[in-house]
Parts: sequence; C-alpha cells; structure tokens
Amino acid sequence: MAKIKGTIVVDIEQCKGCGVCVTSCPTKTIALGRDVNGKGYNYMQMVNPESCTGCTNCATVCPDTVITVYRVKVEE
Amino acid sequence: MIKPENLVYSRTKVLTDNIMHYCPGCSHGTVHKLIAEVIDEMGIQDKTIGVSPVGCGVFAYNYIDIDWLEAAHGRAPALATAAKRLNPDKYVFTYQGDGDLASIGTAEIMHACNRGENIVVIFINNAIYGMTGGQMAPTTLIGQVTATTPHGRNVELNGYPLKITELIAQLPGTCYVTRQTVYNPLTVRKTKRAIRKAFENSMLKKGTSFVEVVGTCSSGWKLTPVAANQWMIDNMFPEYPLGDMKDK
Ligand SMILES: Cc1ncc(C[n+]2csc(CCOP(=O)(O)OP(=O)(O)O)c2C)c(N)n1
Ligand code: SF4
Ligand code: SF4
Ligand code: SF4
Ligand SMILES: [Mg+2]
Repeated sequence: MAKIKGTIVVDIEQCKGCGVCVTSCPTKTIALGRDVNGKGYNYMQMVNPESCTGCTNCATVCPDTVITVYRVKVEE
Repeated sequence: MIKPENLVYSRTKVLTDNIMHYCPGCSHGTVHKLIAEVIDEMGIQDKTIGVSPVGCGVFAYNYIDIDWLEAAHGRAPALATAAKRLNPDKYVFTYQGDGDLASIGTAEIMHACNRGENIVVIFINNAIYGMTGGQMAPTTLIGQVTATTPHGRNVELNGYPLKITELIAQLPGTCYVTRQTVYNPLTVRKTKRAIRKAFENSMLKKGTSFVEVVGTCSSGWKLTPVAANQWMIDNMFPEYPLGDMKDK
C-alpha cells in the first residue's frame, strides 16, 4: 500500500514562535522548542518528524511564511 | 525527501525577503501572504497597484513586491480611485485596518463603494487601533477592554460596534462583499479564494469588491497568539458573523 510521507523545513531565524502552526498540525508533528533564535523567540521544531504527512496546514497558517513543505508517496 | 520534485508548499516570490515587523501571530502577515499568493497565481505582479494605510499595515509595501501608493490615514480609497481610473488595465486594491477604514476614513470608503469604483478593498478588522497602542476602534466590542476603555466599551459612553461591512453591502456600487477570517487552514484557504474572486471582479467592471478579514491583535488584546485566536472565535464571530453578504 502506498503511504504519504512529508517533511518541513523551517526558516528558524525568521520564525516568531507564535505557535499557530502547532495548533493547526493534525498529527502533532511540531511544537515550540526550548531553544531560542537570534531574536529570542522559541522557534518551532519537528518533535515527531516521522508523523508528518506533508499536509501543508502549518505552512498555510504561518503569518510569516517561514515553512516549506515536501511530500512523497512511499510504497510499502 | 527534500528535493524540488517533492515540494508542495513554498514561500511565494511575490513576498519580499524582508522580515515583517508585525508581532508574532498577527493576522496582517497571513493576509499579506494570501494577497501575494493570489497575485502570483494570477500572474499579475507587474499589473497590480496596492494602496497601504496608516496603521500597522502601513509598511505593506516592504513585504509585497508590487507597485504601491501610501495614503494619508483613511484616504486609501480616494487614491485607489485615481490609480484605477488612470490605469484601468491595472489591478488596484486598498489594504486598510478598522481604525483607518471605519473611523477616520469612513467618508472615503463609503463614497468609493457607492461610486462602484472597480477596486478591491481588503479590510482587516481586529477591533482595535493596533499601531498606536491598543485604543478603542469603532469596531471594538461592547465590554472590550482597550487603552481608552479600561473598564470595557460602554454603549452609553462609546456607542455601538460599527458593522461597516453590513452598511457597505447595502450600497449598489458594490458587487462582492464578504467577511472572512484566517485562524486555521480552512479559513485561510477560504479567504484566499475570496481575495482571488475580488481581484478577478475588479477587471469585469462590476463595481467594488470588499473583503473583510476578522483578525487578531494579540498585543492590543494582551493575549498570546493562540489565545487571541480563541478569543476571536468566542467574541468576534458572534458580533461579526462570517460569510458572503453580497455576490453579484
Ligand atoms: C491623521 C492621523 N490621525 C491619527 C493618526 C494616528 N494613528 C495611527 S494608526 C491609527 C489607527 C490604526 O488602527 P487600524 O486602522 O485599526 O490599524 P491596525 O494597526 O489595528 O492594523 C491612528 C489613529 C495618524 N497617523 N494620522
Ligand atoms: S505538513 Fe501537516 S503534518 Fe507536517 S508538520 Fe505541517 S501541519 Fe503537521
Ligand atoms: S506559525 Fe510560523 S512564525 Fe509562528 S511558530 Fe509556526 S513557523 Fe514560527
Ligand atoms: S499591534 Fe496588533 S495589529 Fe499591530 S502588528 Fe502587533 S498584533 Fe498586529
Ligand atoms: Mg485595527
């Protein structure tokens, strides 16, 4: 069966740690971390990278448009 | 997996590389992105003129890579009228906050919409004067605490929230009047479709298209961005219900 797998790339230095992406992720893949970027924001990180489906929800809601999304179909 | 052929979402090139000055989670950023994506998808980057407001959106010209005018407070619809009449082949839109559009600029927006100018109006209603430190706006809710209503907006003293979009929908010059929001993926996508329709209308000589976006101002409301979204759902939507008011 084919399975959809995704991943995201976050521009950490431009993330403002607002967290609206986190509440929009249906798979609990992402969270605000403890680390801070150059501006002092707790930037968003993937905490469960294997669960990402590449649905683009996080990127769609990000007010600063700092998320890039990739998706592939993998045969099992 | 990180290869061009697997790319499903990337930042549109119509947005500049500048980091937006907006507070974390601010709806202005989300709406800027949607306008830029619509311009990109319609292929009209060289054919679009924006008019930015006075308010937090004043620097919109630093973020969306198109031609811009910057209006005096509330006067964006007057500038947009001139820009569109002189350049009928260009897509012309205003970008305005609730203080800008529904307070100091009430005359300009009413008359531009009543004349049926073939422009797009993007109206960001965050129920507050964000830029100047969170004072009451005409759209502030009854009971809402702001810098100038420290005990909450009081009808006897401050009057009622102004539903200006409902008034604008009555004007025969408008062809499309809608109220949207941008707090989750579904509403962001719906708002993008509304903005696209508004831009398309502006070339069909149908009159003015008006897109209100109910948004958050977490700094003015003194909430976190996520809590501000919830406050908006609980308090703003009952007063400002979402949906199309007119589509002809
Ligand atoms: C003629 C004039 N009067 C008053 C001001 C002060 N002022 C700047 S922004 C603003 C209100 C902005 O509120 P809004 O339009 O809701 O924008 P927001 O910042 O909330 O997006 C005011 C009153 C001004 N710049 N010019
Ligand atoms: S693409 Fe979808 S699943 Fe992956 S992190 Fe973003 S919201 Fe979560
Ligand atoms: S929505 Fe964007 S800016 Fe906000 S935390 Fe997520 S990645 Fe960062
Ligand atoms: S003050 Fe309010 S409207 Fe202005 S940038 Fe901050 S959150 Fe946005
Ligand atoms: Mg405002």
